[in-house]
Formats: sequence, structure tokens, C-alpha cells
Amino acid sequence: MQLPPIIANWFAQRGWQVRDHQLAMIAAAAQGRHALLTAPTGAGKTLAGFLPTLADLATTAHDGLHTLYISPLKALAVDVQRNLINPITEMGLDITVETRTGDTPSDRKARQKVRPPQILLTTPESLAILLSAPEAATMMAGVRRVIIDEIHAFGTSKRGDQLSLCLARLQRLAPAMQRVGLSATIADPESWAGWLAPDADITQVEVVRAIGGAAPAIDILVIDDRIPWGGHNGRWAARAVMRRIEQARLAIVFVNTRAVAELVFRDLWAENDMALPIGIHHGSLAPEARRKVEAAMAAGKLRGIVATASLDLGLDWGDVDLVIQMGAPKGASRLLQRTGRANHRMDEASQCLIVPGNRFEYLEAFAARDAVAAGELDPDGFRAGALDVLAQHVVGCAAAGPFYPAALYDEVKSAAPYAGLTRAVFDEVLHYAATGGYALKAYERYQRLVVQPDGRMRLRSAALARQWRMNSGTIVEAVAMNIQFGSGKGRGGRRLGQIEEYFAGQLLVGDSFMFAGQVLEVTGFDGADVHVKLGRGNPKVPVYAGGRMPMTTRLAMRVRGLMNTPDRWPEMPADVREWLAIQARVSRLPGLDDVLVETFERDGRWYLVAYGFAGHPAHQTLGMLITQRMERAGLNPLGFVASDYAMACWSLDPVDDPRALFDPAVLEDELGAWLAASPFLRRAFREVAIIGGLIERTQPGVVKTGKAMSVSSDLIYDVLRRHEPGHLLLAAAWTDARGKLTDIDRLAALLERAHSQMTHVRLAHVSPLAVPSLLTIGRERVGESADSALLAEAEALIAEAMRVA
Amino acid sequence: MGAVFEFAGAMFQPLASGALYWPAGQTLFVADLHLEKASHFAMRGLFLPPHDSADTLDMLITAVAQTGAQRVVCLGDSFHDQGGPDRLQPAARHALGLMTHNLDWWWITGNHDEAAAASLGGRVLEEAVLGPLTLRHQADPHDAAPELSGHFHPKLVIRHRGRHIARRCFAAGPAKLILPAFGSFTGGLDIADPAIRAALAGPATALVMDGDRLLRFPVA
Repeated sequence: MQLPPIIANWFAQRGWQVRDHQLAMIAAAAQGRHALLTAPTGAGKTLAGFLPTLADLATTAHDGLHTLYISPLKALAVDVQRNLINPITEMGLDITVETRTGDTPSDRKARQKVRPPQILLTTPESLAILLSAPEAATMMAGVRRVIIDEIHAFGTSKRGDQLSLCLARLQRLAPAMQRVGLSATIADPESWAGWLAPDADITQVEVVRAIGGAAPAIDILVIDDRIPWGGHNGRWAARAVMRRIEQARLAIVFVNTRAVAELVFRDLWAENDMALPIGIHHGSLAPEARRKVEAAMAAGKLRGIVATASLDLGLDWGDVDLVIQMGAPKGASRLLQRTGRANHRMDEASQCLIVPGNRFEYLEAFAARDAVAAGELDPDGFRAGALDVLAQHVVGCAAAGPFYPAALYDEVKSAAPYAGLTRAVFDEVLHYAATGGYALKAYERYQRLVVQPDGRMRLRSAALARQWRMNSGTIVEAVAMNIQFGSGKGRGGRRLGQIEEYFAGQLLVGDSFMFAGQVLEVTGFDGADVHVKLGRGNPKVPVYAGGRMPMTTRLAMRVRGLMNTPDRWPEMPADVREWLAIQARVSRLPGLDDVLVETFERDGRWYLVAYGFAGHPAHQTLGMLITQRMERAGLNPLGFVASDYAMACWSLDPVDDPRALFDPAVLEDELGAWLAASPFLRRAFREVAIIGGLIERTQPGVVKTGKAMSVSSDLIYDVLRRHEPGHLLLAAAWTDARGKLTDIDRLAALLERAHSQMTHVRLAHVSPLAVPSLLTIGRERVGESADSALLAEAEALIAEAMRVA
Repeated sequence: MGAVFEFAGAMFQPLASGALYWPAGQTLFVADLHLEKASHFAMRGLFLPPHDSADTLDMLITAVAQTGAQRVVCLGDSFHDQGGPDRLQPAARHALGLMTHNLDWWWITGNHDEAAAASLGGRVLEEAVLGPLTLRHQADPHDAAPELSGHFHPKLVIRHRGRHIARRCFAAGPAKLILPAFGSFTGGLDIADPAIRAALAGPATALVMDGDRLLRFPVA
């Protein structure tokens, strides 16, 4: 394949070679094939995606939209400037490029529909809204290519479902369109090719792998050969972490949750003797606050930044030369992707430092490093497309123009997540979208979708299309309250960001909490606003729902492997070696594929610790299930605690036969009753009710009163459960709650394993492996009492555990 | 007979559903039924479950049967909007018709439902006096006479040991009692809200039914 001279010269002038994967992408385009490129960071991935477009536009006149570029990020600007705008300018090409996101002014959006640019950069949400316009058919007819950047960020989420449906629609409007996916290094490119392809037909997709890239240098922080017993976010090492930041040009400190971000930032600040400029970035900060940090970072004004996943996919990481992971990495792919953000040059090793929070996390970090070295990544859990997303999509299609149900069904089925959708379920979704999907035919006369004489369905009114556009999208934030700095209306208080209503509900005037790296004190409440001033003293910490990822199954396997390979122990700190060795003597080490259960008495209570290695959500659900069964057996359970590695529960009476408690037989029935009444399902229902268009989103800054005030999703949930237990949205909420929140599949596998391969050890006292779990119990139970009592308790626990005789 | 409390020199029995029974007058008071709220949203393409009217009327029928009330007074906003009565499902219309026919039924008019009663039976009143009580939809802070009203949908919101608890409640002032909303799709307003405080014209107490027990919370 020949590059057009204008492009070849550009490479030559910079002394660059066109890379093989870039040529392969051009070849695939020339053959009219879809393509998936997987490449390490720094491999010129985005440019490789655009090169065929530039080559085409450089040699052939094209009127109208040629290429759509879809990114998971709203902040597209910097990366695209470097990878697209600069090359175009330097090549002297006359190509129009524009962005379209929620922030684009409406007059430009309107103009884009009539006179689109040749390359349009957008997000899945904005694309969906664009496709709902009646002009979409004309605008999209000539589209030649669609490029999906960071495809791995989409595939297994509702955003991915939405994007996949939009791709199916685009393909119908522009049958010759080539789909191009760009991805970081992923475990299973063939599965992703299937996700990308029309009709999930991977033979239509050219899979291009960029090879090379230096192996990342991953280091695990150990100080004085010691790793703490408890904790899970690496805060103990703040001083050492700060010293590493001082030695780096720009360091990103990744943490696993937003709450931990606040704590770690405060710890680092306390150790920041050189007063280096460091920042904090997480999803609950106001967009302006986030943009400011991003801008400071891009301008080279920061030396360190504490961040959650909100920055993961952020922006140009050009100058970052060190990634620090506080706490366990939770997955090899995640570690590799985060590490890959450091250092944009492909042939230099990226530097990463993991700070384990406790000894299990040390093993996990060790295992993740092994996995990255072995190139073993975590497979992505593909799942069937969500029905609430489909319901939203169907109405969006109707907003663009009338459709034949049969034709739309075929189109939807060509999207990989919906390949298995039956016509019956599709019709159920149509019924829901048209009149709410109730058994009672109450809403026939208000129907949203009307059947025309020719059999096509259309939207009843233009007002409904506007309403749909205001409410579309698949990201639903928890109900939040604004943090307003300075009091009083109209006196120009500054908005710092948002906290979840759940947390705000626990705050009283005079309470203080951590936010955006500062201690804030509540001065008052006003509707959806929390007014604050700078505070001091001991803050509460914001609690954010979610954001906590379980350890992957593969990584868990590797952790078990390490425990069972004493040959590797000499590579570990003395602390960890001793911990494992004594565990092996006083109890047992978990095997490669068993479930170790320990029982022992302590202070008049009976403890049961099950090492399932199934991740926090599954263990959480296990704890609920086991204590429920203990209750029925009259064992007087008092509580339980879950981690990624184990579940520990305690009771007044001993468990003699744990095997019976782990019976997998009636799991579904027992969980059903519990889950239906749990906040998990209510939270899941709120999300599907918003995505599915049953209730409206709260529009920022709009406080509704009186008749327009929406009905709370909890009230609707209760009424539906009573009157329409088979309703589509209840089923959708179930599916979500089962997967994300409770991980029932992983729990079921755990129970099966426990049933066939349980090792039950009765102990005279607590074992070394049980200590991290029991320390968590201590912390939660004591709560309000002094730290010294906690310390004393921790000390006694550890002394007991390490007693060999 | 469950919990009772005294107000305006008379004894009243609050029900967990949010209704209030006055045994001496054999009268049941309810406020803010907001019937046909779901279908109001449905007209705008938001298809809330079409069961709210049936649910609300079921609860009302239960309360009447439980107390043996001969008179029912609806303290306004009985329908969510003007068109509500026309949208009632036949079964709900029938159930409501039976009640307005068999009982002494008073509609106090609210903000949304002036035209409601004409087609459904019962008496339509803007305000009324019954025994020691003035009945109106929205409390009048300038009238010192003992008064029952609705409109504000009071609820008690408390935070205790990290739990956030919200319950429908009766809001009692020195001479005024505001009933909680009775409708099954009605939300609530924190009793501590300045609007309720102003309407009560004096110190407020939240009366909450928890099962059979009546709990009192002075509002700070």
C-alpha cells in the first residue's frame, strides 16, 4: 500500500518511519474492511486510526461528513490536537475538523447538521442525539469511516450497548461505512472484533496488533522489609510516596475510590515538605474544578496528582513519568493500562510503583506484576445488551423518523450485544416504549409511539423528541447535592462539586468533611445545595457509592498460586514470608482451587472465615446469605465483613458443619427475597427507570415544584412490584443488580466449589490470614471510641495469631 | 382503637396511612390524594404505573372500614390536575362513586381540582367549619381558629446513627394541624422547611405513626 506523497513526505520530514501497524490500517481500509487495532500507549494509535482518512481526503474530493471519531471522553481537545490537527496543518491538507459534545453551542450544532465538517469528533451520547435528528439520514449517508477510540472503555457497559446500537444505525444509513476500533492492549482481541463487527461477524474485521513497546518497570513499595497487617489503601506509606513524587517529573497517584483520593491527598500534603504543586482529580469534583486540574497538568504546572479512574482515560499524559498505584491493582489489564499512561515513548519502559495496603494486597501486587510480565491480561466479561438502553434507542430512532418494526428488529440484532435478542422480547420493548408496557391497557390514548396506516411506527409529537434528547444517555449519577462555597443566594458562592445525597443526609450544620483536598464545614442547607466554609479538625469523609472494583478471577488464581509456591516466597519481604509460613503451620494455606474455612472462638464469640477469593461484591453477598442461614439454624450470627479475599462472620454459637451453610441448592430463592428488599435493587431500578425513559433526569439547576415534580423511583418500584411483578424494567433492574452489585455468578461458582472442595480447619485461636479481616471488624464495631483502644485490640489479635505453640 | 391525641379540645385518632379519624364526629379526614397522578405524567409520555388511583382508593376504603366513619372529608388536591376525574379507570370510578353515594362526602377544593367533584358526587366546599374545626386546603396563618389542612405533604426527616429516615407525618402547631399526603405517588416536604413553619404559626411538632404507636418529635 502506497501512502500519498503529501503524507509520506510529512513522515520523512520528521525523520519518522511509518510503522507497520499504521500501514496495515491503511491496507485494511483500501480493501474496504473493518479494522481493530490494539497497541500499547505511545504507538501512534490515534494517528494510525486517522491515517486512512487523511490519505483518502488528500487524494479524493469528498463533500460532507467523511469520518466520525468517537471517544469516551468529553475532553477530546488535547490528544486530538496532537494526533490530528497538527499533522493536518503540517501536511498542508485542507480538511475540516470539528467537535460536537454536550458543550458545543447550539448554533454550531444546528449548522453542523446542514454543513457538517469532513471529520467530526464526538462522544457516544452526542452521536445518539445526532442520530435522533430527522436530518441524520442525509448527513450520515456519505460517511466512509467511524473510528472508535479506547474501544475497551466501552464494550461491556451500557455506554457500549448504546454505541453498538448507534453503529448499527449508522451502518444502515451508510452501508459502505468502515468501522475502526482502537484499543489499548487487551486480552482477547477476537472478542472485541466480534463486538465491533456488524452481525458480530469477526471475519469482516482485520485485527491489527502493534507489537513492541518496552516492558513496563513495575516496582512494589516495601519499607524496612515490612508490610502492614490491615488497611487497604496504602496510606501508611505517604511519606515514602511523597519522596518518590519529589524525584519524578510528574507523578500520577492512582487510588481505587473517591473517598480514598481525599484521604491520600491529605496524607501527601502533610508530607509535602518541599511544598510541591500537587492536585486532586475525581469524578465528584465540579467539571470546572476538574478542567482546571487538567489544564494545570497540561501546562506542566503540577508535579503530582491524586486521581481515580476519572483521569484514567483523561487526556494527554505527555510528561507523566511515574504512575503510583495506592492499594491493590485489582487486575492485570487495569495495571498495564494505568502503567501505560506514563511515558508516551514506546521504546522506554514506563515506571510504576504499587503501594500495597496489607499483606494480601502485597500478594496481589506481586501476582499482577507476574501477570503483566507474562502478558496475561484479564478477559472482558461480555454480556447481553441492556433492555433499558434498547428502549431508549427505539424512541430515539422514532424521533429521527417512522420505522418498520421488522426492519428495526433486524438492525438492532446486527449490534453484537443484541445478537441474541428474540422478536418477542423486542416487541415487549416496543410495547414498553409505546405505552409503558403494562398489563392494564390504561395508556393507549397517550401512546408515545403511534402506528401509521402503512405499518410504520412514529413518535406522537415533536415535544416527545425534545424530551427524549434532554433525557438520553446511559450514565446515571447518584442523587447528588452541590457543594457551594460561601453562603447566601446570589452572592456568588463558588460551586466546588457534588456529594451524594446519601452522604449529605448524614451531615449536620457544624459537621466537617473532606472534599477536593480541603476540610469543609457545613454552614447550612438550601434545597440541593450544601453551603460550606473552610473548616478544621477531624473530618468525616465523603462516601461515594460504587467505584470499587473487585479483584479479577485470573488475578485471584495467581494469588492462590503464589501462596502454594514457597519457591517464590524468598522474593517477598520477611513480614509476608513469616505470615504465610505460620499460616501453613497453625492452619492451612488456601489451595489452588478449594475453599478454606476456618472456625475459632475468641472473646466469647465464634468466628467463621471463608477464603473464597471471589471479590468483594460476591463475598458481601455470601456474608448476607451465610448469616441468614445461620439465623435460621439458631446460631445467633452477629455480623460479617467482606474483602476481595475472604468473608468473616461471627456469632454467639459455633458453626459445626460449615458445608451445610454453603449449600448451593436454593441460592436463587433465598437471594431473590433478600435482593428484592435491598437497596441494591432500588438503586438499580432508579438507573433503568431513567435510562428507559420512565422518569426524567434531574436537570442541573432546575428545581421542580408542584405538579411537575417527579415521582420518586422508590414509590414506583414498590407499586410495580405489587401490581406488575413481570414488568420489563423490574427484569432489567434485576439483571443489573445481579451482575454489578452482587456478582451472583461468581458467588454461585464459589458455593459450588465450597460444596465439593471445602477444607474446614478448627483452630484454637485466630490465624494469620484471618487478621486483616478481623482488623476491619474492629474498626467498624468500635467506630466512635478512641484510637488507642483500636490499637490495643489490633496488637492483641496479632500476638495471638502468630503464637505457634 | 389505636393511638389518640387531643387537638382543639377533641380526641383524634391518626392512622398509619396518613388519614385522621375524629370519633366524636364519625369523620375521616384525608389530604392530597393526588388521584390520577400517574396518568398526568403519561400524557407527557412518562408512563408511570397506572395503579396509583386504585392503590390510594383501596387504602381509603380500608380506613373507612377500619374506623366506621360516616363522613369523609378530602382536604383538597384530591386529583393531581383538572383533567384527573375524566381519566379515572372504570373500576376506580365505580369504587369512588360508591363511597360518595353511601357516605357524607366533602370535597374541600384545592389548587388542582376545583371541577373535580361535579361528576363524582359529594359536596364541594372551598372552606368549611365542622365542630371545633375550620377545614381548608392550605393553612391560613392569619386565622387563629383551630384548623385542619393539607397542601404541604409534611414528612419528618431525621438522621440518626448514620441512617437517613423519612416518614410521612402530621404537622401540629398550637392551633393548626397539617395532614400528610395520602396519595400513593405523593412525595413530601421536610417539616422543618420554612414554608411549613410559617404556615403553622408557632412551634411545630411532628406526629408520626409507627405501626400502632404514635411518636412525637418537636421540630427544632
